[in-house]
Amino acid sequence: MKNNLFVNTSPHLHRKESVSKIMWMVVLSLVPSGIAAAYIFGLSALRVITLGVISAVVSEMFLQLAAKRKVTILDGSAVLTGLLLAYNLPAHVPFWLPIAGSVFAIAIGKQIFGGLGQNIFNPALVGRVFLMASWPKYMVAFTQPMNYDAITSATPLAILKEGRALEKIPYLNLFLGNRGGCIGEVCILALLIGAAFLLIKGYISWHIPASYILTVGLFTYIFGAKALFSGDWLFHILSGGLILGAFFMATDYVTSPLTAKGQVVFGIGCGLITAIIRLWGGYPEGVSYAILMMNAATPIIDRYTKNRVYGAK
Amino acid sequence: MKKYFYEFSKGIIRENPTFVLVLGLCPTLAVSISVINGIGMGIAATFVLLGSNIIISLIKTVIPDRIRIPCFIVVIATFVTIVEMTMKAYSPALNRALGIYVPLIVVNCIVLGRVEAYAQKATVVNSFFDGLGMGLGFTLALILISGIREFLGAGKILGHTLFKGFEPAFVLGMPSGALLAIGLLLGFFNLIKMRKTCK
Repeated sequence: MKNNLFVNTSPHLHRKESVSKIMWMVVLSLVPSGIAAAYIFGLSALRVITLGVISAVVSEMFLQLAAKRKVTILDGSAVLTGLLLAYNLPAHVPFWLPIAGSVFAIAIGKQIFGGLGQNIFNPALVGRVFLMASWPKYMVAFTQPMNYDAITSATPLAILKEGRALEKIPYLNLFLGNRGGCIGEVCILALLIGAAFLLIKGYISWHIPASYILTVGLFTYIFGAKALFSGDWLFHILSGGLILGAFFMATDYVTSPLTAKGQVVFGIGCGLITAIIRLWGGYPEGVSYAILMMNAATPIIDRYTKNRVYGAK
Repeated sequence: MKKYFYEFSKGIIRENPTFVLVLGLCPTLAVSISVINGIGMGIAATFVLLGSNIIISLIKTVIPDRIRIPCFIVVIATFVTIVEMTMKAYSPALNRALGIYVPLIVVNCIVLGRVEAYAQKATVVNSFFDGLGMGLGFTLALILISGIREFLGAGKILGHTLFKGFEPAFVLGMPSGALLAIGLLLGFFNLIKMRKTCK
């Protein structure tokens, strides 16, 4: 009889999924939202997406060649970064804006830390915040939906922040994406289709999105209006980049906590910061800053939410 | 002569106060927003470095060891006061731009560092060349950082617009841009050094 006993180190359970496959699946799950954006904002949205993705992949290749690392542009992570960055831009931006953002996201957000798996912050959000701090006038020039002449309009959250009377936007319009906003964040329906796909396939767990969205809802319900417990929580959940951020950016494997307990803490933290920035901060929207801040807190969350080793006290 | 040149040149590259010793980052971060500020700060710091290095190395034998730091500070503060008054008299605009960072040269770690680590043990001539080299190194580093920040953050060099249609990235004019620029330059110089030692 052959020797069937062999010693091996963990992990012992394997699935067929690889990092690369998961990345491509996330890209796939974002496609409905891209189609919706093309329908809502016209071809200029597709132009921004294409520029973002291509420049992210090209800059990843050049940086990996320059650093003499293995070139891994086909693993989907650079495509995903470029795609998410483009989804965080308004539809009518100058052509160099997505390029500058993608190059910064890949170079400073990712490769400088050593590439995929080593970065502290979500690269796409690093790119977005860089653009937001550098060229704010382009980043807040949102165009009206369903109007291909590039008439700018404020986002619902910006109108709210300026204290102008908010003509009531029907929740259905917010849900379907008939409002001003970034390319990939407006159509909640398309985002939820992609998110459901990821959840069913098990690529993301429900902990971060659920705790994130519930926290924002609860906080804005309590403090969102002058009287306590009367805020318009559904408006806050449906507007801005919350759904995009909660399902696709806060759940990034590299920059979010490992354990379920840690992920709930992470989600609650993101939700609190988002709601506080929206209600009392200087910016109308706080999703990207919230996720980046909690990215910075991820190592310490991981330290305090380690799973108990079996058999230990 | 060669020895003096060594003392002079070490501050520029081998022991550059900003990129190798990583001293005096506080004024570097704060004033490196435009080249003219960088040059002004560099010259002011160089003058203070020179003066305090010379005086301390002259009186090093009379300073009691236990109270040497207060003595150093008195000497340094004297030179800083001279610089500040001169600047106020002849270049009030620059003085306004640099603001609190001129008086703060008193506690600049480069100045105190050179006095403590070098001038109090060295001869006057050596201290002179050390102060000059360190000051020049600091000035060059400031010009480099502020040049990058002024060009990318405001699209200008020394107040002149270079390219039409170039849209500056505001972030480099902000404090976060200073940290970004210094961090990247530090990394770049460390990379060069690593490559050199590997060869």
